[in-house]
Amino acid sequence: MASAPSKLYADDVSLVVVLLDTNPFFWSSSSLSFSQFLSHVLAFFNAILTLNQLNQVVVIATGYNSCDYIFDSASDLNRSFENGRMPVMSSSLLQKLEEFLIKDEQLSKEEPEGRIKSSLFLGSLSMALCYIQRVFRSGALHPHPRILCLQGSPDGPEQYVAIMNAIFSAQRSEVPIDSCYIGAQNSAFLQQASYITGGVHHKPQNLDGLFQYLMTIFATDLHSRSFIHLPKPVGVDFRASCFCHKNTIDMGYVCSVCLSIFCKHHKKCSTCGSVFGQAQSEAASASDKKRKTPET
Amino acid sequence: MTLEKILFQPHNPKSAGKLDVEFRYIKGQKHTKEGSNKPPWLNLTNNQNGSFIFEFENYSDLQDCRDFVGKVLAKSGEVSEKPTVAHPDVQLSAAEMELRIKLLQEDSELQKLHKQFVLSGVLTEAEFWATRKKLLDREASKKIKQRLGFKSAMVSDIKPSTDGRTNKVTFNLTPEIILQIFAEKPAVHRAFLSYVPNKMSERNFWTKYFRAEYLHSTKNSIAAAAEAAEDEELAVFLKQDDILASEARKKIRRVDPTLDMEADEGDDYTHLPDHGIFRDGSKEMTESQNELYKRTLSQDINRHAAVVLEGRAVDAEFEDTKAVAEALAQSKRESSNKGEPDGDTNRERLDRLSRMTEIEDLQGSNNLPLAPLCIKDPRDYFDSQQANALRTSRDALGGTEQIKCSLSIPEVYSSLRESISSIKAMGWKEPIVKPEAAHQVFDALTNSISNTKHNIGKNPQESVLDRLPRKTKEELLHIWTSILELLKHFWASYPITTSYLYAKVNRLKDAMSNIYPQLEEIKGSVPSEFRHQVSLLVPPMHQALDAAIQHYEASMQKRSTQSGEKPNGYV
Repeated sequence: MASAPSKLYADDVSLVVVLLDTNPFFWSSSSLSFSQFLSHVLAFFNAILTLNQLNQVVVIATGYNSCDYIFDSASDLNRSFENGRMPVMSSSLLQKLEEFLIKDEQLSKEEPEGRIKSSLFLGSLSMALCYIQRVFRSGALHPHPRILCLQGSPDGPEQYVAIMNAIFSAQRSEVPIDSCYIGAQNSAFLQQASYITGGVHHKPQNLDGLFQYLMTIFATDLHSRSFIHLPKPVGVDFRASCFCHKNTIDMGYVCSVCLSIFCKHHKKCSTCGSVFGQAQSEAASASDKKRKTPET
Repeated sequence: MTLEKILFQPHNPKSAGKLDVEFRYIKGQKHTKEGSNKPPWLNLTNNQNGSFIFEFENYSDLQDCRDFVGKVLAKSGEVSEKPTVAHPDVQLSAAEMELRIKLLQEDSELQKLHKQFVLSGVLTEAEFWATRKKLLDREASKKIKQRLGFKSAMVSDIKPSTDGRTNKVTFNLTPEIILQIFAEKPAVHRAFLSYVPNKMSERNFWTKYFRAEYLHSTKNSIAAAAEAAEDEELAVFLKQDDILASEARKKIRRVDPTLDMEADEGDDYTHLPDHGIFRDGSKEMTESQNELYKRTLSQDINRHAAVVLEGRAVDAEFEDTKAVAEALAQSKRESSNKGEPDGDTNRERLDRLSRMTEIEDLQGSNNLPLAPLCIKDPRDYFDSQQANALRTSRDALGGTEQIKCSLSIPEVYSSLRESISSIKAMGWKEPIVKPEAAHQVFDALTNSISNTKHNIGKNPQESVLDRLPRKTKEELLHIWTSILELLKHFWASYPITTSYLYAKVNRLKDAMSNIYPQLEEIKGSVPSEFRHQVSLLVPPMHQALDAAIQHYEASMQKRSTQSGEKPNGYV
């Protein structure tokens, strides 16, 4: 369902659904402290809201065990948290964030050592898409939605399949996914997400100026992007993770029925159940070897 | 013994028994064992199930002979085998060749590939087309295999063209129209076969036919009767078609009584004149005496519809009327011959009828077991993937980055909450971002944006290829498709088990090595502003080719180390 261009709303009204990474393991070892990060980000939200009276910001926190809606600028519940030192909206957001963290901690259980401490990006992405769908169905007049991911945690390869599904459904509904990665390494998921849906991906070099990055790149609404030049990544990392071990691979076996990717030769596809034949000498076998190369 | 035959001449010139046998006839050999007490005999069996037994002086002679025979037999076996292995696909039907040529003509890309690989001997025809079966099938199915039926429009009801000056009218008859006329009016067909060319010319025949048509169309049955009385041949055209009548009677006899033809009064229209349709507000009264010469419009339409639904009995194109008539007659004779064994078919029909009539009281209840719906629970899939991931990510530590976290879970959460409370207490940092940092960021961003815009283009979705000059783009794309084609065949040939595959892999590897200089050439020929882009595009191609060649060399090495153990047969 494509977003119909709104009639009453001007072209530059935007609805930004922000996925905020609150993975405590990442933040405890990050160079940027969480409080600094929050100050950059909260100022950024206020700036978006000042760009146009009808702009709307929705914040979803991506925790380690759960995700939840933290903030909706359009709702009226923001009045109740008065705090002299900062704008009302920010203080309500912080309050909600704290409550979310308490709940998230309660959900945590003992993890075996060695697991990649990735946040539940998949969950918050799905929640964002559901919210946007609800907006689509609310009528013909709605702002252009887009998703902004502020992530720092590494990719969890076990989420690969579901994240790709979510990305394709975002592509289908024409919702761009912008991503700003503040972690140490590169995130293949975020790059692919932005590339496929037509959004913008950036990895800031200088985290002290994070606010400036956000304002320059991610505050542009969708209409202005046709004439404002935004940074383009040189290449996209298209590597997939295999379905059996969740390792990132670039050369593997593909099931010819359901296109699932495996790193080793299997007798049977675990997704669709089709049986692979023996590799014959003349004819090609049921699972071909395929090479995936990073695109330039 | 020579390679071809074995000539046995006994040393003793007096004894008979010269033997001159060609090796072709010798199927196998048997010999007595050395250690046994039997004398050294060599038994050569020929393919007529006879055998020759040779007694040797000693076993060493036997051994020599045995080896020689063995070698010759093996060689002949190989020779007879080879022609069948080399080209099993030589037989190609003409239709297949036509399809391939058509496909090649339509798709220039395919043609280029074909020219490059098949004509230069890198791939054989069969291999090239083996992966394109779907294309060929699609082409084949485009050809319509159904026979064209008759047109629904009544072509036989043709209007003549009139010459305004004279009173002549001209009818234009094509074989198609003639075929339809004969199919619809079997009496006319019969008349044609009997009258032409004996009694009248074809032209005369058609003139009379159209005269009769004219009389019918005027609905002047009196005039029709009058003319019929005068002209005997014309009468044939004017009468009711008796062949049709007899066919109809036969059909009625053969109607399946299990057909439910319940009709009520509203369906009864046959008893009304003109089937109840009033033409000019009045009912027409039938005149019985001229009934014979009347023919209603509905009769014509029904007959035409019946013929169209029956389908075309003859298929070919005809040049003249005679051929049409004869072909139609021939097909009718065939179909009537098929309908001959009436007695048997009757009995069959009665059997079938008795089986088919349902006696409702005796019917059982119709509860067939339903096939159970098998919808897999998607949670199973995701849960198993999760379990897999947990199990294996524990082992697979290398290569993926890790957050080194030495704190325990509650500590981590509490530190996060602390930062939140601190910011709540202190408010925002003033200023949020230092001006120098902001300035630096802004500069860096604008620089990088302008650089990439210059190099790669504004749109992230825009491809590098579109900005290159057209010739370069086409060359690059062609090289890429040829690389894909080669790689497809290359990887499909592993593991190598026959010598045919071995030769094929060698050819493919040579073709692949030829691509490198082609790429270099393209890189050199491109104008300098695009050189950077082209050099960005080339590495993946190199990588793909390198991987293939590496694999090839590794397998060659393995083969050569193993080849000492396998002397014969396995290449």
